[in-house]
Amino acid sequence: MKRRFADLHLQPNLSDVEQTKNMLSKASELGYRLVAVPLPMVSIENFAKKLTTTCQENKLDFSSRLDLKPKTPRELTQQLRKFRRRVEIVAVICESKEVARQAAKDHRVDLLNFPATDPRKRFFDKAEAELASSSIAALEIDIKPLLTLKGPARIRLLAALRREVAVAKDHHVPIVISSGAASPLEMRKPMEMAALAALFDLDKPAALEAVSKTPFTIFKRNREKLKHNFVAPGIRLIREGSDCL
Amino acid sequence: MKAKTRRRYLALKIDSKEKISQKELMNAVWDAVLRLYGEYGASKTSLALIRYDAEKNLAIIRVAHTETEKIRAAVATITEIASKPAATHILTVSGTIKKLCKKLESNFKP
Repeated sequence: MKRRFADLHLQPNLSDVEQTKNMLSKASELGYRLVAVPLPMVSIENFAKKLTTTCQENKLDFSSRLDLKPKTPRELTQQLRKFRRRVEIVAVICESKEVARQAAKDHRVDLLNFPATDPRKRFFDKAEAELASSSIAALEIDIKPLLTLKGPARIRLLAALRREVAVAKDHHVPIVISSGAASPLEMRKPMEMAALAALFDLDKPAALEAVSKTPFTIFKRNREKLKHNFVAPGIRLIREGSDCL
Repeated sequence: MKAKTRRRYLALKIDSKEKISQKELMNAVWDAVLRLYGEYGASKTSLALIRYDAEKNLAIIRVAHTETEKIRAAVATITEIASKPAATHILTVSGTIKKLCKKLESNFKP
């Protein structure tokens, strides 16, 4: 079966309709079948509706995503309680170790994302991986910083990513590779993203899974959970009321 | 007897609003390869420009077949060519120019 590719982290400026449309059509042109765009907390449903229509025009599947950037673990749990049922993908940008640990052990978090510009803020170590492997969170790696950073900053980032990928592999934490692109020129083909993953020692089959199978699994699992007839994994409501007889 | 070096031909699409010359493109590719893999790594790639169509923003480059993925990664890191914002994408890869052109069909004919 032909492999289907996903980019779960497109970051267009949602107030710029033209740019958003350009990025979505570019995603389709580059060979993606599923994209996710972080939505603003204030009007999730509104933007999701608009983006779904644009994606359908471009023969893309759209997944609603929310990027949480809490300062404390408490704030994270509050935000998860409030937003989890409203979006398909929840990513946590971990800017402190406490938040990273809470996000890794919470079953409502899908993606763990770490700031690329500061290597001291990359908290994905063995303890974090152990927590993530016991929940369902995946490690998200954005490709954009690899393109924009130059010299020592990129060297430090590559070293950090290599370490994190090794830890993730050891603890069987799924890895998702996303573009993190904010403009069409920052977007890359899935095969190019997989080739770039070789820079941090992710072999080709694993890299291809990180841009296809893993993101699709997360998307499907969450879409299923958000359906009105979902009860528990594997259990769905078929009929109710007088229909049951 | 030394075995014949196998080669791969890569069709590149240059994504830029500005006009890019052949020299500017190859400088950007070499620069990207050098930055990522250094002079030693670059020396193994046997990188060469075969054809360039400035009108269609298409190019064919040749590389050693063992280094194809390295070149794919290096080419993906290009964000500007001669200080002009740009991106390059590999359209297709083939073992012969003839087959590559066949794959490209109407997009690029030698």
